[in-house]
Amino acid sequence: MAMTGLDIYKLTPKTNCKECGFPTCMAFSMKVAAGGAEIQKCSHMSEEALAKLSESTAPLMKTVVFGKGETEYKLGGETVLFRHEKTFVNKNRFAVLFTDKMSPEEVDAKIAGMKEVCYVRIGEEMKVEIAALKYSGDKDAFLALIKKVKESGLKVAFMLICEDVEVLKEALELVKEEVPIVHGANKNNYSEMVQLVRDKKLPLGLRADNLEELYALTENVQKMDYKELFLDPGCKSIKEAYVNTLQIRRTALKEQDRTFGYPSILFVNEMANGDKYMEVALSSVFTIKYGSVIVLSDMDYARALPLFGLRQNIFTDPQKPMRVEPKIYSINNANENSPVLVTVDFALSYFVVSGEIERSKIPAWLVIPDAGGYSVLTAWAAGKFSGSVISKFIKESGIENKTKCRKLIIPGKVAVLKGDIEDSLPGWEVVVGPDEAMHIPKFLREM
Amino acid sequence: MAFKTSVQKYTGSINKLEFGSGENSKALGGENVLPFYTFDGNIGGKPLIGLEILDVYPEKWLDELQQIYGDAANNAVQWARFVEEKFSPDFICLRLEGADPNGLNKSPEEAAALAKEVAQAIKVPLVVAGTQNHDKDTKLFEKVAEVLEGCNVILLSAVEDNYKKIGAAGVLAYRHKVAAESSVDINLAKQLNILLNQLGVKNEDIVMNVGCAAVGYGFEYVASTMDRIRLAALGQNDKSLQMPIITPVSFDTWSVKESVASVEDAPEWGSQVERGIAMEVSTAASVIAAGANAVILRHPGSAETVRKLADALINN
Ligand code: SF4
Repeated sequence: MAMTGLDIYKLTPKTNCKECGFPTCMAFSMKVAAGGAEIQKCSHMSEEALAKLSESTAPLMKTVVFGKGETEYKLGGETVLFRHEKTFVNKNRFAVLFTDKMSPEEVDAKIAGMKEVCYVRIGEEMKVEIAALKYSGDKDAFLALIKKVKESGLKVAFMLICEDVEVLKEALELVKEEVPIVHGANKNNYSEMVQLVRDKKLPLGLRADNLEELYALTENVQKMDYKELFLDPGCKSIKEAYVNTLQIRRTALKEQDRTFGYPSILFVNEMANGDKYMEVALSSVFTIKYGSVIVLSDMDYARALPLFGLRQNIFTDPQKPMRVEPKIYSINNANENSPVLVTVDFALSYFVVSGEIERSKIPAWLVIPDAGGYSVLTAWAAGKFSGSVISKFIKESGIENKTKCRKLIIPGKVAVLKGDIEDSLPGWEVVVGPDEAMHIPKFLREM
Repeated sequence: MAFKTSVQKYTGSINKLEFGSGENSKALGGENVLPFYTFDGNIGGKPLIGLEILDVYPEKWLDELQQIYGDAANNAVQWARFVEEKFSPDFICLRLEGADPNGLNKSPEEAAALAKEVAQAIKVPLVVAGTQNHDKDTKLFEKVAEVLEGCNVILLSAVEDNYKKIGAAGVLAYRHKVAAESSVDINLAKQLNILLNQLGVKNEDIVMNVGCAAVGYGFEYVASTMDRIRLAALGQNDKSLQMPIITPVSFDTWSVKESVASVEDAPEWGSQVERGIAMEVSTAASVIAAGANAVILRHPGSAETVRKLADALINN
């Protein structure tokens, strides 16, 4: 619970010495509670009081960092249950599972798959971010697996899944510098586990048989003053995993109980039990609802295309719509005779329009001026997609050198701009395109 | 301290809508909690999963899909029977693509006669989807409603342009259900429901199609619109948003690049049908997690996965 001014006042020495710049300790305390002053301004607070305060002003959900350098990632730190309330902050990360039982061929195939699925979509790199390495009984094979994946050239962060503290010690020697997630601590081994990871501040995954036990375990670990944690909602049944994941997030953010204020690890691979489409279905559900690390059995484009696209959507800040770069886009190998279409820089408009042009298989140029990142009608209403914006972009973008065709197709929804654009672009014929993008292929074919 | 389950009680609940006739009818909605929030209260009926068929041969569908249906796809009646027997969906969505003025432009009479034959050939309830041309759909649904009187189908969809005629003929005259379609905006959804209401259509006879997009294509708007609609319906007891939601997932997911690009177009992407199913499954799973009470899918494999997912979210 957030502290009130009165709560804070009780922690001050109540001497009204004014060193903080406020006339009284009470005035200062009120200001701190309102977020208008920092508690450090008073140099007379006891260590204990400061600790108490920082605890109560800490975010409800902790941001946990793992990985290193270009594979460093943050998870957690969410402040709302629904993205429209503000925004979701740290997008979920995908892991692929390896175990010491897998044959070298199987391991190689997974590594190859992870290397192959790596692409950029609207300015964001899409790839598997985590190699999850699971110990299932053969220590030498486990250590060899870690070495192999580490030396494979994959750019990933690591997660070690192992409840045997002795094995883990040796395993960590191989990758502790990479700041792996260490999973998992349980009610029997947690204190040794905390000793093992404390030094390097490695995030520790906690698992238990049910939510009550997970809660008790988290309390115990927190008592050891360790807070770099992940929680495992379990994967014995899909319903349980879903319910627990919801409860963990809601307990933290709605009930304001920091015991569950940590990111989650979901073993979708186990829940789906080898069914690839079930992995896709579950990963989608947990992307929408509160999954942080989502573990898959493998990665390929059939999984990647929907899952990375969905994640990119869900973790878009509702206040800042996705935009694409204003420029000339060549579609279906546009050439010097290809017509020119224009639309706005709102990513969704771009995607839909470019997709429909692709579907038509007709080579065309798509020009995108800076229209403020709004949809066609909104941008038009805001004056950001006007006749002058469009004609200026046609003149300055260099499209006139790329094609001899002088047909400019504008979205049907802004048909009113035709005259305006024709006046300022002599030599161009402005054609009013369809209202809906889905009619573009037919339109282009018949043009 | 011990862990205590966090429970959220809402004052509102989602209407229960029945379609189809007699013992084969199916119910949508009825929940008073967010999707699959079993710990909060009553999650209502299972999400219903329907398969899409067309009134014409599915020329543009993938070879793999055409092969599944073989000759049956030459005739919507046989096709519907085949789908019902082989895949037992909760309902069948007959899409009257042949009536599209940009295509074969079949007459409303012809399309409606076929819809009637289909309805008589199957036990499961029917959703009849139009052409997405608002003028044509008006005439089409007027005729379909008349001919299918007694079948209690869902007419997908009425929009702001044509809700009056479709609402009057479809619901008031011939007692069907109507899907009110809006484009991913809570206010538009609410407004259309109110307009239908003012026409005399009862809330209980309306199902919402609040708009959809394939994952990756602005799906955040779909997810947030559904979140907001459900929170308003449950939390604020907003009667004009308490209709169940039906989402024609396949209409969007099979026309995006990920599903359309052939292996020759995008060799690195691998099997086209796998991509198509994955896009459909991901979008369907996402909308049922966001609040949809029914989804329309195209690939029987997608339907099977989504069915399994919904069952697993409900039962241990
Ligand atoms: S510096 Fe501290 S003790 Fe002095 S007036 Fe401010 S709050 Fe009170």
